[in-house]
Amino acid sequence: MQPLELSAVDLVAALRQGDISAVQCATVFLDRIAATNGAINAFLAVDREGSLQRAADIDARRKAGKPLGALAGLPIALKDVLCTTDMPTTCASKMLAGFRPPYDADVVRRLRQADAVFVGKTNMDEFAMGGSNENSAFGPVRNPWDLSRAPGGSSGGSAACVAADMAPVAIGSDTGGSIRQPAGLCGITGLKPTYGRVSRRGLIAFASSLDQIGPMARSAADCALIMETIAGHDPGDSTSLSVDVPRYSELLDKPLAGVRIGRVPEHYAEGLDPEVAKGVEEAFAVLKAAGATVHDVHLPHARYGIPTYYLIAPCEASSNLARYDGAHYGHRCKDLGQAGRGAGSAGGGCESPLVEMYCRSRAEGFGPEVKRRIMLGTYALSAGYYDAYYAKALRVRRLIRQDYLDAFQTVDLIGGPVSATPAFKLGEKTDDPLAMYLVDLYTVGTNLAGVGGISFPCGFTKSGLPIGFQLQAPPLAEPLLLQAADRFQRLTDWHRRRPKSLEAKA
Amino acid sequence: MSTTPQALTRQDIAKVGLLARLALSEADLERMTLELSKIVDFVSMLGELDTADVAPLAHPLDTQNVFRDDVPVASLSTAEALQSSPRHDGECFLVPAVLGESGAA
Repeated sequence: MQPLELSAVDLVAALRQGDISAVQCATVFLDRIAATNGAINAFLAVDREGSLQRAADIDARRKAGKPLGALAGLPIALKDVLCTTDMPTTCASKMLAGFRPPYDADVVRRLRQADAVFVGKTNMDEFAMGGSNENSAFGPVRNPWDLSRAPGGSSGGSAACVAADMAPVAIGSDTGGSIRQPAGLCGITGLKPTYGRVSRRGLIAFASSLDQIGPMARSAADCALIMETIAGHDPGDSTSLSVDVPRYSELLDKPLAGVRIGRVPEHYAEGLDPEVAKGVEEAFAVLKAAGATVHDVHLPHARYGIPTYYLIAPCEASSNLARYDGAHYGHRCKDLGQAGRGAGSAGGGCESPLVEMYCRSRAEGFGPEVKRRIMLGTYALSAGYYDAYYAKALRVRRLIRQDYLDAFQTVDLIGGPVSATPAFKLGEKTDDPLAMYLVDLYTVGTNLAGVGGISFPCGFTKSGLPIGFQLQAPPLAEPLLLQAADRFQRLTDWHRRRPKSLEAKA
Repeated sequence: MSTTPQALTRQDIAKVGLLARLALSEADLERMTLELSKIVDFVSMLGELDTADVAPLAHPLDTQNVFRDDVPVASLSTAEALQSSPRHDGECFLVPAVLGESGAA
């Protein structure tokens, strides 16, 4: 048995039956990380000692016949946006170097309780702001399918580590596409649940009305398994939904007969790569063959998604990131030099030594994209501009959500591309912030509307890059999202393909 | 925003930098003025839409009050709250003088 090739579902079963011990399983993945991460840079921290200890403890408890959690012994990688008391938590920012969270994220707590084994923390765009993972303060992640290309972002490390078999499952977060877009560009499966389905407690906040945590794995069946552990109400997050968690795995095996899938003509405007368009059309054909029907639906305000998102998300970010003040935790500038007026902000002037400390600590700790978004959000919220920008964007957000609610009157799911192009070259878009923002074209609507979406591979380009397909669903229709993606994966083998570039190193 | 927005000036950016508590160098000011002008110009396309009769939507969930029982629960200990602080004296966070010219801690 080769654990690297097993699905999470099969690994958990093999562990339960004693075909493999938790220590053996963890060792296989830790060795794979040691051999491969140098080329990919998917991990910011690897906890070899801690994970082996935890695995040994699980093996001992299993041997003693003690009860074990649902994921006992399953290796999992965590995006470094999730607070962990026993591993560094940096958000890929210099701002949080040395930060030790005083509590675990609720998702981490649930996974620990289920006896998962955390192998490490994954690289990401700084504070989850970006679509290429190039905004990490610790260097970009490389796409396992082509090391000269970006894995997407912001959960680029989580996507790449699953694609490169360094972990069977990773946890990501999605504010405007940060699970689905890297999953699509790396050829894996990623689920962004309905807003509120998974607790955000201990998820370092970017844009609180949009952020949502979800699983990234090789298949929809694996995502279903993980959702059963991470979803659910948490009194520590007042926006987490008090709704029972379905047994997602048990709801997978249903035919798609009668399921209506919407196809959005607006998705096929200029800019969509022809190979991606072809892959997406073929995916519709597979779903039809499985019994679904396909209907045209319209999202008339789809083209306003990006400008709406790039007002609301930076506004919320500028407020959320005000907490990094150099006083409570995080980076603090070394010396104050000339304390007092005028020394802190060129052309601005600081009012006091305290304000100067804030200004300099933040200038030193944050990278360029984070600063850009804090500036944009601060501007859009400032006196005289609030109504024209922030309030305007909130009004358009309602129109966008209404588009989705209207569409879901006539269809059960909406299908289409995840990204307009396959993985792009590292450095290709770094000089043009606006070009980078446009990579979120097909994904931001899901977050603005607060609904769920899943991304999974539906083909490859001639040059061997994965093409992603996205399904979106009404609030809390995760069972249908997972069922449709799982049905697709029973009929195709795109999700079983592995990048060849890494085989020699394994 | 229904009319063409005014281009951002360096002075605007410097003012926003202070509001955002970000020290900006001359080079930062230069670059930010250009980049933010482009982005603000782009997002201004929302002005095409008539939203006079549309209420703002700040949150995807239907607004509802969330209550819990009014019982005390444990919070972080002082030591836990201070454990990642760059400067503290074991009881308090230490910061430079809030007012005045000196007393940097």
